[in-house]
Amino acid sequence: MFDTLAGFGIRLLWHPSLSEESAQEARHIIDDCVNGTTRLDILCLEGAVLRGPHGSGGFHKTTGGDPVMTLIEKLAGVASHTVAVGSCAAFGGVTSAGSNPADACGLQFEGDSPGGLLGQEFRDSSGLPVINIAGCPTHPNWVIESLAALASGMLNTQSLDTYQRPRLYADHLVHHGCTRNEFYEFKASAHKSSDLGCLMENLGCKGTQAHADCNIRLWNGEGSCVRGGYTCIACTEPGFEDPGHPFAETPKLGGIPIGLPIDMPKAWFVALASLSKSATPKRVRENAVADHQVVIPATKRARKK
Amino acid sequence: MKRLIVGPFNRVEGDLEVSLDVANGRVQSAYVNSPMYRGFEQILKDKYPLDALVYVPRICGICSVAQSAASAQALAHAMGLQSPENGRLTANLTLGAENIADHLSHFYLFFMPDFARDFYQGRSWFANAQARFKSVRGSATAEILPARAKFMHLMGYLAGKWPHTLSLQPGGSSRPIEVAEQIRLSIILTEFRSFLERSLFGDKLENVASLDSEAALLAWMSSRNSSADLPHFLSIAYALELHKLGRATDRFMSYGAYHVGEDNLFASGLWENDKLQALDLSAIREDVSHSWMEGETALAPVDGVTKPQPDKTGAYSWCKAPRLAGQVVETGALARQVVAGHPLLRDLVARHGGNVTARVVARLLEVALVVPEMENWVRQLRPGEAFCFPESKLEDASGIGLVEAARGSLGHWLEVRQGKIYNYQIIAPTTWNFSPRDAAGTPGALEQALVGVQIEENNEGAPVAVQHVVRSFDPCMVCTVH
Repeated sequence: MFDTLAGFGIRLLWHPSLSEESAQEARHIIDDCVNGTTRLDILCLEGAVLRGPHGSGGFHKTTGGDPVMTLIEKLAGVASHTVAVGSCAAFGGVTSAGSNPADACGLQFEGDSPGGLLGQEFRDSSGLPVINIAGCPTHPNWVIESLAALASGMLNTQSLDTYQRPRLYADHLVHHGCTRNEFYEFKASAHKSSDLGCLMENLGCKGTQAHADCNIRLWNGEGSCVRGGYTCIACTEPGFEDPGHPFAETPKLGGIPIGLPIDMPKAWFVALASLSKSATPKRVRENAVADHQVVIPATKRARKK
Repeated sequence: MKRLIVGPFNRVEGDLEVSLDVANGRVQSAYVNSPMYRGFEQILKDKYPLDALVYVPRICGICSVAQSAASAQALAHAMGLQSPENGRLTANLTLGAENIADHLSHFYLFFMPDFARDFYQGRSWFANAQARFKSVRGSATAEILPARAKFMHLMGYLAGKWPHTLSLQPGGSSRPIEVAEQIRLSIILTEFRSFLERSLFGDKLENVASLDSEAALLAWMSSRNSSADLPHFLSIAYALELHKLGRATDRFMSYGAYHVGEDNLFASGLWENDKLQALDLSAIREDVSHSWMEGETALAPVDGVTKPQPDKTGAYSWCKAPRLAGQVVETGALARQVVAGHPLLRDLVARHGGNVTARVVARLLEVALVVPEMENWVRQLRPGEAFCFPESKLEDASGIGLVEAARGSLGHWLEVRQGKIYNYQIIAPTTWNFSPRDAAGTPGALEQALVGVQIEENNEGAPVAVQHVVRSFDPCMVCTVH
């Protein structure tokens, strides 16, 4: 990782988990960035901005007693680029869920509303807004690739989507590459945790609506949420933390899931779903509600030439 | 008397600041401040009970599975639900993988780089320590990061992803393992074992696990090729006499770790005055006298209240002060192994009390103990049999989930009323270790461990001995306050 960063000319000035410098040494590094002694090319923020209580920022203070949100504003003011790493820093995320006790927000968004700490108009010196590498957690390669693209001058306003997420991962849907695709095609649905079937109809899966390439690039080498047997909760989307229904239950109206696949006309979806349900092969129907293949795919005899 | 404020502490998880009263070059008293409050317990109020599985792992990026496991157990307890054997094994495996990965991150990335500081220039061991453990640039970092990443492929199979998995369910695991995957899990563990035996220990895991006294440890150290990292650490630790540094209460608590049948692989209990006692959970109280929290009396977690009071006089941390029967206890790998009865750690503690060296040795010993168990758990999986039993709906119920995270005892107390979460209280390992003072004025474990530590005048900005003591606990500050 460090070699990769170095290869793109990125030198880590300070990272809270990795750098040697602690306490006063760390404060000097940060102060030197604020006062311009050290050039700060990229500011990365992890975690939401905590504005509470009562707008004071007192829920998160630096050593010395200043609110961390004030320090973030100063650093974003001198940095050439500002990057929100994860959905909390981007939109507020889980820290802003429920009663939002810490009055959390993102750097340039509060949920899906532009604004946040730095305000809708904020632009860095190259004209870019905050780059939101959203995800909860974010994928390490989304971070490394975005930083590499920035350092190479390959990231411009065209590289970001509506929510300012790098399109290098946000142009895909979690559905792309889902290993449950055959169950999806036939609407052969899981009913409970550990079932192999499609998670969309009953278990709340938002993979057909969530922007991310989780099933193309995979996590920890081999996985993704849906491959781990549970539903996509759309953690790259603003506001995912308060879905208005239990995460693992699909809200429906008249038996039809309310959240339909993105770009899919409702009438066609309903028609195709009912057609494919009636055409479901026995193998797919039975495996959908089992936790291992109870019927394995048949073998075709080779045709004589 | 001089007041030093040491912060922000890096190479710990989350935000930490320590205030020290120093006289005659030594710490007279210490005050630990957790300077960040997010309010997860308030966020969880009125949420659907099963949605706790989404929120609680997001308290922390490194103890994420531990939080999931505690929550799944609290929910299962409330439902009266037991998971199938495969579910138990995968829960052990995922928690084991996180704990072992955390122990390695702590050793290589958080703890050892302090020996490569210029402060130690001139010591006979300095050049080797710097080449191996310098933060970011040392040869260990380049080796450990890929080895750890490969090991965490276990999580890809067992949990979909790490951190923030949802595979740990009250009824077991949502991720059934196929026969073909079982062998891949074994291969990952085999490769990881060879990394550990080559680089970390320079010896078989079983030989390390069977060291049974300080004398045996020292004999082993001198017989080893010191290019392996544990012998390397030991030679520095004994040169600096770190076994005389960082003694706290010598009262050690563990909830017990890794379910094996009806028992735990590592037993639960309280170790005090060289005796093991059963753990009385009903004696846990959270004091808020020095926390920026509302409340007069110390409450049991089941009745716990979390209401910030930022302008409270006399308060100096967002952390509450948990006490067991009114007493400060230490939790973590050392406590876990002392309670479980490992002879090496019991001997180290009997000779010197809890200390920096013993805490680090306990973590690495645990790596040697748990990885062979993980190999067994993988072999015991039965693909084709159930991995998860369906959960039931909760209307009015309560449950407790207790696990041992890498950093020690983690407890979740859940109460559900009318189908929604009414109260959710969490006491994390570092809440115990890094608590502020209680109503009696008794300092928390770290606050006690820092008293007497020497501060050199040229090192006041970031005193290195203070850093050794603080990091020896492997604190996780984001879990501490949550």
